[in-house]
Amino acid sequence: MSEKIIESMEAIPDPVSNLEGMDAELGLQTAIELGLTQGEYEHVCKIQGRTPTITELYIYSLMWSEHCSYKHSKLQLKKFSSEGEYVLQGPGENAGVISVGDGWAVAFKMESHNHPSAIEPFQGAATGVGGIIRDIFTMGARPIASMDSLRFGTLDKPRQRYLFDGAVGGVSSYGNCLGIPTVGGDVFFDEAYEGNCLIDVVGVGLLREEELTRAVGSGPGNHVVLIGSSTGRDGIGGASTLASQEFDEAAENKRPAVQVGDPLEEKLLIEVCLELLKAGKFVALGDLGAAGLTSSASEMASRGGVGIDIDVRKVIQREENMQPFEIMVSESQERMLAVVTPENLPDVAECCDRWGVAYAPIGKITDTGRFVVRDTDLPADRQIVADMPAEKLAQDAPVYDPAMERPAYLDEVAAFDISSLDLPEGEEELQQAYMDMIASANICSRKWIWQQYDHQVQGNTVVLPGADAAVVRIGDTGRGEMTNRGIALTTDCNGLYCYLDPYVGAQGAIVEATRNLACVGAKPAAVTDCLNFGNPEKPEVFWTFSSAIDGLSDACKRFRIPVISGNVSFYNESFGNAIFPTPNIGMVGVIDDLDKIMTPSFKDEGDVIILLGETLDELGGSEFLRSRYGLATGKPPAVDLELEADLDAMLLELIAIKAIKSAHDCSEGGIAVALTESALAGNIGFSVDLDDDLGGCASLFSETQSRVVISAAEERVDSIVDMAQAKGVPLSVIGTVGGSRIEIAGKVSADLAEVKAIYDGTLEKLVTAH
Amino acid sequence: MHFGVVSFPGSNCEQDAVHAIRYLGYDASFVWHQERDLSKYDAILLPGGFSYGDYLRCGAVARFSPVMEEVVREADAGKPIIGICNGFQILTEAHLLPGALIRNVGLKFLCKTVALRLEDSVCKWTDAPAGTIYHLPIAHNEGNYICDPDTLKALQDNGQIVLRYCEESGEVLPNSAPNGALDNIAGICNERGNVLGMMPHPERVCDGVAGNRDGVDFFNGIVRMLEGAVL
Repeated sequence: MSEKIIESMEAIPDPVSNLEGMDAELGLQTAIELGLTQGEYEHVCKIQGRTPTITELYIYSLMWSEHCSYKHSKLQLKKFSSEGEYVLQGPGENAGVISVGDGWAVAFKMESHNHPSAIEPFQGAATGVGGIIRDIFTMGARPIASMDSLRFGTLDKPRQRYLFDGAVGGVSSYGNCLGIPTVGGDVFFDEAYEGNCLIDVVGVGLLREEELTRAVGSGPGNHVVLIGSSTGRDGIGGASTLASQEFDEAAENKRPAVQVGDPLEEKLLIEVCLELLKAGKFVALGDLGAAGLTSSASEMASRGGVGIDIDVRKVIQREENMQPFEIMVSESQERMLAVVTPENLPDVAECCDRWGVAYAPIGKITDTGRFVVRDTDLPADRQIVADMPAEKLAQDAPVYDPAMERPAYLDEVAAFDISSLDLPEGEEELQQAYMDMIASANICSRKWIWQQYDHQVQGNTVVLPGADAAVVRIGDTGRGEMTNRGIALTTDCNGLYCYLDPYVGAQGAIVEATRNLACVGAKPAAVTDCLNFGNPEKPEVFWTFSSAIDGLSDACKRFRIPVISGNVSFYNESFGNAIFPTPNIGMVGVIDDLDKIMTPSFKDEGDVIILLGETLDELGGSEFLRSRYGLATGKPPAVDLELEADLDAMLLELIAIKAIKSAHDCSEGGIAVALTESALAGNIGFSVDLDDDLGGCASLFSETQSRVVISAAEERVDSIVDMAQAKGVPLSVIGTVGGSRIEIAGKVSADLAEVKAIYDGTLEKLVTAH
Repeated sequence: MHFGVVSFPGSNCEQDAVHAIRYLGYDASFVWHQERDLSKYDAILLPGGFSYGDYLRCGAVARFSPVMEEVVREADAGKPIIGICNGFQILTEAHLLPGALIRNVGLKFLCKTVALRLEDSVCKWTDAPAGTIYHLPIAHNEGNYICDPDTLKALQDNGQIVLRYCEESGEVLPNSAPNGALDNIAGICNERGNVLGMMPHPERVCDGVAGNRDGVDFFNGIVRMLEGAVL
């Protein structure tokens, strides 16, 4: 293996016990069964100064799983910059935090729950929402919005319909119950996701800057208190057996490793934790996610440079005869770990009792630097079952620098010659191609999804789902502190582009996101990412991972957008087939004045339609090729970061001076789809002439980046043209808003109502018609 | 004018309701579900959400909260009570309103803005003219109103049907209700008109955050009514 382990050389604090480890050979055999390599097992023995006990071995195997330790991605992630004028908290905490003005701050993070959802979509997606929301309120932020970015196989397969319907149902069930509006997201269907669907959820929370809380344990003698649900055997080993391996025939048997959610408990936990945080009753707060108590406690101790001593018998258990390691690694949901001073413990108890939430002091912070686990059911001289250096356990997982190799298929797809296809020509064929495009699962309305999500609860949703980005007002209705500021939220990533060229595709995700934000009038502030790839131990997969990170990080640096949080999901492979490389991103933008925002809908009869940017002959990787010919090939649309920056700046200025009435980004499906969406949103037709030198299909469906369709009152047009010239942004006046038809000269002529019926009805039909 | 907004464990629209009421210039206070004295409030609001997680059946557990005994007593005494969404479900479970709310016909949660027609009713919560068309958001999984034929006839005869789902034109067609509700019922009141239950969320459309302010009538109406001491 060409991977090399990079180890740190820090001093190890002395053990507090004279615990003996297990037999060396049995230890190695067990380690391998738990997913560790021989090298990693030897590293454990070195840190422990002996062989590990069975409890220690379980704990190390979870903490050093790919999912918890980022051992294959850590070096690559260093390429990201997390510096920026708005940043209050970068990566390394439960979520990143940015300042959004007037002392308000926003915490956000994107996280995947792919592997559990591929086994049990409803609970997988539901607990995915639960997990990311805990990351948000752990920071002291009230969750104010979420988004979900979904990828599935094609809906002609019953299994894919089951996964899609189940995942949407899970997000709906859990998110709605929490009273957190799901305001946006995206979905894409392709065979590449057939074995491994992606369920990536963004959580967003609001706090006052001074309320920012970090999960840093401190103060020897302080209590460690477990709050929330009881601990069972659910989800044991989820991080290692599900999230850190490929799927095969045995995947169904992993169903017990999927956790089950209880959204009411989580809703109560939010209220309890925010109340106690605001009252200053917690020294530190962390959530229990992957690897449960083990990772939460060891990370808290390691960040604070302290030790922690836990008695597993004090943990409230929902099953009998649980072993110490089971209690330590259980992934039962809806649990939080708090550090509380002895004098504050009665207040914590009172608050929990009032809300009907269980709590138990399970241990103490110590000054030993050791993570000690005891089982007080055992005889007094044998109660300690694990004794590990907390910092080594949490931070010192081996770091790999895996081998990379540029995949051979890249040359093949780049060489694709579109002239080999018999493309539609003439009005009749183009018209049919257009109608087919509107009915594509990847183009049609997402209403069937977002109508299942309560997207207006909390009363701050300004721009509803269906626009380029969602807009949420900043304010705390409960405290009566309202503002006229807002944030805009979007998720973006075209996995097909990333498959065809990971660097360009990843950059495409960033420019589409900045453009989506600009279309609603928001200035990009920060990014969270969720990097979904196949098996990192395969050099070709790892090359695409590294290349995509280069693309994301170069684009983010150009726009000075920090990457403040994120998550890596590897092993998205089934039977040896990896998903499209999918570096999903969530981007947050700031809006200083909610009176200056924009929506995609055409507004008034006679308004002039203008295309900012220029359509090029770029059908490679397009939805047109994918849906019509089943082709995942060609070069994806090129990215010009400078042009994008100029375009976004111009758009923001046009919105700020109220020069335009609508703005909508051209992306999948090209300008034909963008125009149609603006018309459908405004329930008014249009007539345009796409006077370019391209073939009919390229003209309608090319997915060239850096294009936005705007509309404006006629008297504004001259000044818009002047501004575009001054800023060097290509512009063409293409037509007018009005009537009840969709008219694209020489190419498309359709009745708006007829198109609306297809656009609105397709997704539901695809899910339910069979 | 002081509204008491009840919070059950799992309620999640109580903050929105308090915000809307205060935005309109009235007082609003949160009332914890274990409180037993509602005498200082002029009107009581049971908010939307998922009280007790909607476990067992929507509203079935919340009706046994200590505060509900007091809500029933105040309702009987003629105090204005409004239940929105989950609050409506709780009012039916508490038998302050007849009928029940079952799963939507499509078996999916539905969040969308719908057209509603204000009917000629005895309800005291809004004084807008019958026939007024509102656009209000709904957000529920169990909003499909049902009752037995005798109850329906009584509701119709007594002027207890307050809101019906309708088309954009205002016309009520057999399938206007997106959730399958019997007789397109979106809101009903008791015979006396002081207790209103409705599935749509007027509190979400009071401050114009997304442009719509169609919810204000439901709060201003009851205030005008109380100030005119018609009740």
